Amino acid sequence: MLEHHPDLTAAVIYGLGWAYLLMFVMNAFWVKRSYDVDGNCHMFGQAIPMASFWALYAAVLGMVSIAHLTGSDNPQSFLIRMPDAIKDAFNAASDPRTFFALSTIGFIVVIWAREFLVTPTMGWILLNLSCLYLTLSMTDYDFRQIVTKPDNVPIVGMLFIVGFFTWLSFNRAVENDRRVAAGQPIREREKNEKVLVWPDLVYSELICMVALTAFLIAWGIVLQAPLEEPASGAKTPNPSKAPWYFLGLQEMLVYFDPWMAGVVLPSMILVGLMAIPYIDFNKLGNGYYTFKERPFAIITFMFGFLPLWVAMIVLGTFLRGPNWNFFGPYEYWDVHKLELLNNVNLSEWFWLDVMQRPLPVAPANSEWYVQFGYILLRESVGILVTLAYLFLLPPVMAATIFRSFFQKMGFIRFMVLANLMLFMASLPLKMVLRWAINLKYIVSIPEYFLNL
Amino acid sequence: MSIGDYIRESQVWKSIFRHPAPVDRRNRVVVMLTNFFLHLHPVSVKQQGIALSYTWCMGGITFFLFLVETITGVLLMFYYRPTLQFAFNDILALRDVTTLGIMREIHRWGAHSMVITVWLHMYRVFLTGSYKPPREFNWVIGVLLLVLTLLLSFTGYLLPWDQLAIWAITVGSNMARATPFLGYEGPGALLLNVGGFDLITSGSDARFLLLGGRFVGEGTLNRFYILHCVAIPLVVALLIAIHFWRVRKDGGISQPL
Repeated sequence: MLEHHPDLTAAVIYGLGWAYLLMFVMNAFWVKRSYDVDGNCHMFGQAIPMASFWALYAAVLGMVSIAHLTGSDNPQSFLIRMPDAIKDAFNAASDPRTFFALSTIGFIVVIWAREFLVTPTMGWILLNLSCLYLTLSMTDYDFRQIVTKPDNVPIVGMLFIVGFFTWLSFNRAVENDRRVAAGQPIREREKNEKVLVWPDLVYSELICMVALTAFLIAWGIVLQAPLEEPASGAKTPNPSKAPWYFLGLQEMLVYFDPWMAGVVLPSMILVGLMAIPYIDFNKLGNGYYTFKERPFAIITFMFGFLPLWVAMIVLGTFLRGPNWNFFGPYEYWDVHKLELLNNVNLSEWFWLDVMQRPLPVAPANSEWYVQFGYILLRESVGILVTLAYLFLLPPVMAATIFRSFFQKMGFIRFMVLANLMLFMASLPLKMVLRWAINLKYIVSIPEYFLNL
Repeated sequence: MSIGDYIRESQVWKSIFRHPAPVDRRNRVVVMLTNFFLHLHPVSVKQQGIALSYTWCMGGITFFLFLVETITGVLLMFYYRPTLQFAFNDILALRDVTTLGIMREIHRWGAHSMVITVWLHMYRVFLTGSYKPPREFNWVIGVLLLVLTLLLSFTGYLLPWDQLAIWAITVGSNMARATPFLGYEGPGALLLNVGGFDLITSGSDARFLLLGGRFVGEGTLNRFYILHCVAIPLVVALLIAIHFWRVRKDGGISQPL
């Protein structure tokens, strides 16, 4: 029996064998560390070193690795692969809603449970889980097709790196917060003598440069840069995607028109980033990791970077297929997949459903200002909502939940902060509105290309 | 006298390196002051300011990747001709026949890495509050460098002139069509007309300026090539110089003065 799209081929099994071998070696070192550090647990009336569980796990990895490296003759009957039931469950559960909800929930969990997550053991468990998820998923044909595209490989690496550094920063922030609570000096102020740049810094720079050069050359040998067919203006690929680092912006096109998703919101991101030092009035946390001394700043920035930027890139790269339809991680990118679009504008909902009458239309051949008036009337609800969002909400924020901010920041700085936050919140808000009530545009004036 | 000592005592050597090797404290200070490349650094730094788990080394790696991109990029420029006739075939030759064609792989993976390391550098600077006074303005320069890094990567994406390249640039640049007032499908563009004559058309809007045409074509390739190889790198080099200089003037990478 020959499968057309085989889950496993001899080459894949062999490659995964090396991956498992690497995980085995990593965990063998971890066993040593665990034996030195973790101590014993008590079971069956005996003291058992915690390291023995890791040793057991490492041994399993070693055996799995040997099974892969020696058992690639018969891919059809090879057992170690992602179970179909799990794949189906993943595919069935995945759509933009669950994806965004899960990334947001994951973000909240990371913030809330940080003290639990930042121990080295938890970090190691998370690393192992994500490695196992990746290696098991690689046994799936469709997953492999997308993840191993040359330009997508860096994104997979980025996920691990961003995860690691997020973990590292929380690790140090939690330690510092604990020290402050106990009245001890923070870590960055301890052992902080001046040292000479030669040799302390220049040598680590040199080592870093050599290692990085070797890494880039190895990467270049292992993975060839992509080169597709010669360019042809007549043959549009489906899906057409921007370079991967802009896919978060391309994903916003689902919810906003190009003038918002491609021009206004990116500009606001940049203006907002540049404004950060001037609107952050908090003097604490200058030059050391901390969470408790600046929770608002860190939560806001991390929310923008992790769920709204990195997760959107993942969504746009790995889960958006032909016609920008959503596909589960193990789903075949079917060009003919249909998704029903029955989105309505706020004005349509207001006039047709609430007022039970047709949309106001200007009489034919009327003057431009009459037409303009009718458009304003037609979109009046949306315009009022937008104006209230931009102009009514900031004073309300200043008077209520952000009262102390407003008092410390003064009028101008607070208004800048409030507007930047409202722009940032507009994306998740628009998403939720789309999913909850199929809202297309809040203000829809196609006559002037002004859809919001 | 050993051959090593002979060389180190020679007039040529001494004209290049004015001081003895940095093996004692005095000469370790002096080397930082007298070597052009090392003088980007201060003579001494706070121990925690160079701890790897604190800095993540991401800014330095970004700069190093910029150098890698410059060197591999210059080498690639010897082979690559940015015209519709040659562009794709030159890249094909780099892949299949050219000696050291791996320069293209290193250039591309280095570019992707650079985008990621810039983000991580910003992440670290934010999380350690290193943008706080007196370093506010250097953060602003950093944001500009982020934009330019993305633009460098974006303009370079077109050069292989394959399907991946032109359609990514088409999708990316289609946004410019919708720029408020300046794109012919943007809100407000219709207002910019003089006596019934539209100023903003598909032949005069922001997208046309970016692409040098109504679609991604020969003009775009030339435009992006020059932006990628000359214009943006020059600006980036200037901003990097200012960025580094300000790190020194603002009292190191982090912590209040």
